Amino acid sequence: MFKVIKKLTSFVAMVAVLFAFTTEAMAKKSKTLKNTQKKGFVRCGVSQGLPGFSNADASGNWTGIDVDVCRAVAAAVLGDANKVKFTPLSAKERFTALTSGEIDILSRNTTWTLSRDADIGLTFVGVNFYDGQGFMVRKSSGITSTSQFKNGISACTNIGTTTELNMRDFFNSRGISYEPVAFEKADEVVAAYDAGRCDTYTTDKSGLAAQRTKMKNPDEHIVLPETISKEPLGPVVRQGDSVWEDIVRWSLNTMIEAEEYGITSANADSMKTSDNPAIKRLVGAEGEMGAAFGLDNEWNLRIIKQVGNYGESYKRNIADTGILPDRGPNQLWTKGGILYVPPSR
Amino acid sequence: MNNKIKRIIPQLLTILFVVFVFGFFTFNAQVNMDNRGIDFGFGFLKQEASFDMQFTLLDYDGQDSYLWAYVVALLNTLLVSFLGIIFCTILGVIIGVARLSSNYLIRNSAAWYVEFFRNIPLLLQIFFWYYAALRALPLPEGAEPWFGVTYMTIKGYYIPAMIWQNLNIFMYCLIAAVVSIVFIRIYAKKLQEKEGKQLPLIYISLAILIILPGLSFLVGGVTLNFEIPVLKQLATTSYIYEGGVRLPPELIALVLALSLYTSTFVAECVRAGIQGISKGQKEAAASVGLTPNQILKLIIMPQALRIIIPPTTNQYLNLTKNSSLAAAIAYPDLVLVFAGTALMQTGKAIEIVGITMLTYLSISLAIAALMNWYNKKIEIKEK
Repeated sequence: MFKVIKKLTSFVAMVAVLFAFTTEAMAKKSKTLKNTQKKGFVRCGVSQGLPGFSNADASGNWTGIDVDVCRAVAAAVLGDANKVKFTPLSAKERFTALTSGEIDILSRNTTWTLSRDADIGLTFVGVNFYDGQGFMVRKSSGITSTSQFKNGISACTNIGTTTELNMRDFFNSRGISYEPVAFEKADEVVAAYDAGRCDTYTTDKSGLAAQRTKMKNPDEHIVLPETISKEPLGPVVRQGDSVWEDIVRWSLNTMIEAEEYGITSANADSMKTSDNPAIKRLVGAEGEMGAAFGLDNEWNLRIIKQVGNYGESYKRNIADTGILPDRGPNQLWTKGGILYVPPSR
Repeated sequence: MNNKIKRIIPQLLTILFVVFVFGFFTFNAQVNMDNRGIDFGFGFLKQEASFDMQFTLLDYDGQDSYLWAYVVALLNTLLVSFLGIIFCTILGVIIGVARLSSNYLIRNSAAWYVEFFRNIPLLLQIFFWYYAALRALPLPEGAEPWFGVTYMTIKGYYIPAMIWQNLNIFMYCLIAAVVSIVFIRIYAKKLQEKEGKQLPLIYISLAILIILPGLSFLVGGVTLNFEIPVLKQLATTSYIYEGGVRLPPELIALVLALSLYTSTFVAECVRAGIQGISKGQKEAAASVGLTPNQILKLIIMPQALRIIIPPTTNQYLNLTKNSSLAAAIAYPDLVLVFAGTALMQTGKAIEIVGITMLTYLSISLAIAALMNWYNKKIEIKEK
């Protein structure tokens, strides 16, 4: 009798343990991840063309640091950085596209703010570019500082951005009356400003630098030195899938940390034999760093090999294209910048 | 009994199906929104909007609520629709009549006009009038005055502002003038019916319209001054005009594109209406001794209008709905401001798109109701 009870309890315990394992394994498998692997590509929302961040060339190849975040995720979960389907979105459409499930990552120079994070069913996973709003004016106007702005100035900008709100705060606090001219697409803003409709063009400084390259005569315009806001730009995911959120967050973190440890796309394989355990973890040679996401162990190695570290991505997309050669705050914390990510361990 | 059931069952099934489909989508939306932590509600309408608009008819400031931003944006939409409808009607009637002209040049230019403007997509026309025309316009400092005191520049059309004193007295005089004209017209009609006498109504009306408000200047203490726009320098090469009233280039481009495009359709309605009246009517009218003017006014037009009104109503509705393309050129209409900026800032997609759709529906139904009433008024009264 005793034996039977003992057998029964051990059986029940085994079933319970098995059950617990399966439910845990199921919880680990994110729904978005499963769908992505089934489809065979990552669905990524990007801008309609912002050089350096997300821009398509004549043959439809997307490049930019925002694009690289999606490529990193594709390398991690699908093994191929090219398996990304890009959806160009206007500032107005972007959040609806994400919450409605049309895309799975929004990597579109999007500012992280409290109300966006908390209100509209989104989760920001990190910052891949620290930016701030600035003003561009024509050189010939003789304006060299925002303190020279006078009543009646007209400012071109995009609708549906934090820019519209910051601009109001800025002009109101200085008591300057201004005329906001807000367009839906960035190209329309540039065209109107270039034609002389507005005295100044205001958006994130990186955006100004990038759009300046699109003007008829880039040398005729300058970006004023003042920065009027904090604009931490970063990738966004839908709320409610915390595993997917983690995958995107740590794909970005891997790129930044790889730069910190000097791991590049060229030397990643040889780093497997490094003496530093932190480096070995980043190239999948030590620890079980992928299991928590339901991925294999070399997911981070693939990111570094196929996309490169953050520094490589910045150099390729932003510095070498002449948009912002100086990294400013987007330098590693060890080199005087503010890029600092939690450790992969 | 059996027949009755046969008739009711399909209808019942249809209703059930519709209810089920609606219920399914509502339920789905609710579950999805719940999962993503989005709540549904209209409380945001009371919150501070905190964005500015470049052109408003009423006072608006970023401190006002989203509700007020909605009202102000709606007025901008109504303004564009109103101006567009007026201009496309005037232009459409002229072109439509011109297409029937016996003059070869007038007839053919009208036909070319119609074929050209109705066969280019409206959005392209809006872009053309905005970007091409914008680049062709001078900067404020280089603008030559039109009529001495108005300036057409890339930053808008500046016209003198009217500064009234005792405006209310002037308005009362104007109202009194209009009311007395209405009475005189009624009297004139009776006089014609009873004694066959005709009064020179146009001259009498014009005289009253000029004399009564004119008197208010002389004895009522009403004064009118003009504030003329003056060039002001903002920076070395950047100027604006100060004072006066400014019509933004976005409004001008939009009204221009909408009225040119829609006028071609109105012109075709007018042509069809006039051609739909049989030749015999005109000949009969001429044979009883009516002048060509009277024939057009008393015989042709009243009948042609019955043909013209219903399709023209459609064009008015189209114009109103097309005005939502304003978003492409930064004119702060309902779609740009409310379904654009406000939606972005609040993230209340379902609520805001719902309100916007309902608003356009109401505007369209109101225009349709008005035109139907007018159509009823002029239709043949069978006794």
